[in-house]
Amino acid sequence: MMDFLEEPIPGVGTYDDFNTIDWVREKSRDRDRHREITNKSKESTWALIHSVSDAFSGWLLMLLIGLLSGSLAGLIDISAHWMTDLKEGICTEGFWFNHEHCCWNSDHVTFEDRDKCPEWNSWSQLIISTDEGAFAYIVNYFMYVLWALLFAFLAVSLVKVFAPYACGSGIPEIKTILSGFIIRGYLGKWTLIIKTITLVLAVSSGLSLGKEGPLVHVACCCGNILCHCFNKYRKNEAKRREVLSAAAAAGVSVAFGAPIGGVLFSLEEVSYYFPLKTLWRSFFAALVAAFTLRSINPFGNSRLVLFYVEFHTPWHLFELVPFILLGIFGGLWGALFIRTNIAWCRKRKTTQLGKYPVVEVLVVTAITAILAFPNEYTRMSTSELISELFNDCGLLDSSKLCDYENRFNTSKGGELPDRPAGVGVYSAMWQLALTLILKIVITIFTFGMKIPSGLFIPSMAVGAIAGRLLGVGMEQLAYYHHDWAIFNSWCSQGADCITPGLYAMVGAAACLGGVTRMTVSLVVIMFELTGGLEYIVPLMAAAMTSKWVADALGREGIYDAHIRLNGYPFLEAKEEFAHKTLAMDVMKPRRNDPLLTVLTQDSMTVEDVETIISETTYSGFPVVVSRESQRLVGFVLRRDLIISIENARKKQDGVVSTSIIYFTEHSPPMPPYTPPTLKLRNILDLSPFTVTDLTPMEIVVDIFRKLGLRQCLVTHNGRLLGIITKKDVLKHIAQMANQDPDSILFN
Amino acid sequence: MKLLCLVAVVGCLLLPPAQANKVRESSEDIRCKCICPPYRNISGHIYNQNVSQKDCNCLHVVEPMPVPGHDVEAYCLLCECKYEERSTTTIKVIIVIYLSVVGALLLYMAFLMLVDPLIRKPDAYTEQLHNEEENEDARAAVAATASLGGPRANTVLERVEGAQQRWKLQVQEQRKTVFDRHKMLS
Repeated sequence: MMDFLEEPIPGVGTYDDFNTIDWVREKSRDRDRHREITNKSKESTWALIHSVSDAFSGWLLMLLIGLLSGSLAGLIDISAHWMTDLKEGICTEGFWFNHEHCCWNSDHVTFEDRDKCPEWNSWSQLIISTDEGAFAYIVNYFMYVLWALLFAFLAVSLVKVFAPYACGSGIPEIKTILSGFIIRGYLGKWTLIIKTITLVLAVSSGLSLGKEGPLVHVACCCGNILCHCFNKYRKNEAKRREVLSAAAAAGVSVAFGAPIGGVLFSLEEVSYYFPLKTLWRSFFAALVAAFTLRSINPFGNSRLVLFYVEFHTPWHLFELVPFILLGIFGGLWGALFIRTNIAWCRKRKTTQLGKYPVVEVLVVTAITAILAFPNEYTRMSTSELISELFNDCGLLDSSKLCDYENRFNTSKGGELPDRPAGVGVYSAMWQLALTLILKIVITIFTFGMKIPSGLFIPSMAVGAIAGRLLGVGMEQLAYYHHDWAIFNSWCSQGADCITPGLYAMVGAAACLGGVTRMTVSLVVIMFELTGGLEYIVPLMAAAMTSKWVADALGREGIYDAHIRLNGYPFLEAKEEFAHKTLAMDVMKPRRNDPLLTVLTQDSMTVEDVETIISETTYSGFPVVVSRESQRLVGFVLRRDLIISIENARKKQDGVVSTSIIYFTEHSPPMPPYTPPTLKLRNILDLSPFTVTDLTPMEIVVDIFRKLGLRQCLVTHNGRLLGIITKKDVLKHIAQMANQDPDSILFN
Repeated sequence: MKLLCLVAVVGCLLLPPAQANKVRESSEDIRCKCICPPYRNISGHIYNQNVSQKDCNCLHVVEPMPVPGHDVEAYCLLCECKYEERSTTTIKVIIVIYLSVVGALLLYMAFLMLVDPLIRKPDAYTEQLHNEEENEDARAAVAATASLGGPRANTVLERVEGAQQRWKLQVQEQRKTVFDRHKMLS
């Protein structure tokens, strides 16, 4: 009789790729580990120090994640800023300066033309030494398209050759990972490097995409990689997901300069289980990341985001009507975008279009660049466009959008009255309308391509343009018809009544809310961007309206829609299961299937078990007392069985194919001259969850959600009847919602 | 692994302080920018000067003053002066780091796609025997306690080769999942 050594075999307790983790097991393992450390800490000083450092390791890990994410975000910001301007020209003082920094110290900038300085040479100036004339325009056009194509080609080749997981936004996959799914390599170091590098290239190529979603992926990669330094997080998948939630918060925090918004985004959109302990730690990580980014100072002026807004002009009650209109527009656009984008992505998945990813990226980039160059509002980078749209026009601005006629004599203390629009504003409106149409159409084809692409900035751009158009319209209406009833009480002549910049902000929030269906986190991010509580009511009104309109037209946000498109096994935590089915309608085996494959507790040989393992593909087997009684003992996982049996064959003497495997505490009585028995009790889960066959599926789905189970056993009158796995639950939900249950992949 | 972690941790902790403490030697990294709008018959103008924060106001920066003495205060009320600073060293370092990483990746990509298949071709037949031999060598070298330089270097090379092979297989798997079978990331 061979007694099994009690030390854990390496590999037991880990998971295969594309499998779900067992939350209950991971959490109980962490509690055991913590209990052991606490008990040992009373023995010696060294053990005490070990227990203190163990408690402290979580905070140290958060600090490191914040530092690394902030540094990478700074690198991405500065490089993207430089490379975007590279399409237009180069700085002769030092090639590493972008346009703004090149002209920083120049004495030749004028009030009207703040961009021209002799140190910055456009490509036509370098090639044909002049900047005027049709030929120079063509040369600039050609170089713009060429650079855009070069950047896009580099991006897609790097993704294809080094890290195919680096494409897309990353948020749907991170949502799935945080709900308990394992995708090996998705948060690895190559994915991190390639995602950082190609994100800069993709943003610089002028495509209609943003970098906020990919920044969340980058931050989660940092979190995953740094987890390997700490034993507590490396070995426990559940604790690691707590760290990833905090890392996601840090990612959004550096993208928007909004630490609180980042934590709420992680809570609302990305995480599945969010214990309160994680809240404080996420906030710490987000704060450290924001602080690191600030100290790198990528935009000068110690600002974190390019479009930080500084005005505080009040808004009026009648303006709620246009704000709600913007909310409706945002909801409509959101629903339309999700539907068309999913249809296009489905086409990419199923038809020939998916076989030519590189060509697709190049074609879309070419179309975007060719259509974008003529219009100055599409030529500039989207962040700059949003920044200009959010800007409130004052006397100090000289852009086309701020070309108002100054027909007043005095200005009281910086507050400008409403002014009639000049020629510049009208032409800017036309150009902005064209920009709106281009952005709406091209983003549908851009999001989901095989390069890192985010969604936040294009949606905010669409909303900001719509908002600014409406705002300027309202402003001119108030100026020319100041005697109307609604304007009379608030907008007397000479008062600063309407702020188009505010409309742009509200529009941006509405469109972003319509696409992603964010609620609290959206409002908090927007008000952290503006730094004032004055605009919370308009933002909330627009966000709520847009969410209601969008929900009326389509149930899911963009990330949930992509999860469903890809068939990830993600159990939606927010939806109610409203059907009256019972557990026995869902469990396997079904009526005509062969009986449930079980192992007995002490009567199977090694050979029997190996046959069962090779003949079936189940990821786990229930263990019963005997085949006649079918009384449940526990549940054992396939991977653990394979590893333990292999290990026993190699390391233990005498274990052969006819050795009996037993899961009980003591070996069963054996006749003499039989080979030694093999004890596998330590891989058996002695507390599997069971429900009776008449349990309503509502309760079963709730149990799966709240406890994070992988499988649940079904009993009838105390005897084992069948098993329900998470995939079965997902297929059942899909069936009940009239979707194709076979679309749940990874079977 | 642990050593790598320690290096990463120390690097992370030293990085931002190093960035923040870069001495602002060049005065071209600070400026005071005053924007003055059009006033009466004077057109708008932008004034730039490399002064410190306490000197950043209209009187110090706007030179030559376009309005006569009694109008200066009214003119200066319209002007807006902002103090800005930047770090050219940070920008230069980051751009150089980024370009070198991109260059290194491009070289590695060229190596993998062009040079690697040519190197591997002659070994196609003897590769298996070669591998077996090297594996035995590796095991023998590990078992031996003497610190021989030769077999030890062989083991390291073999380990790097093995890691690279494993990585290539991983990337191939990922490529199949994403690009061919469209199982993930649509």
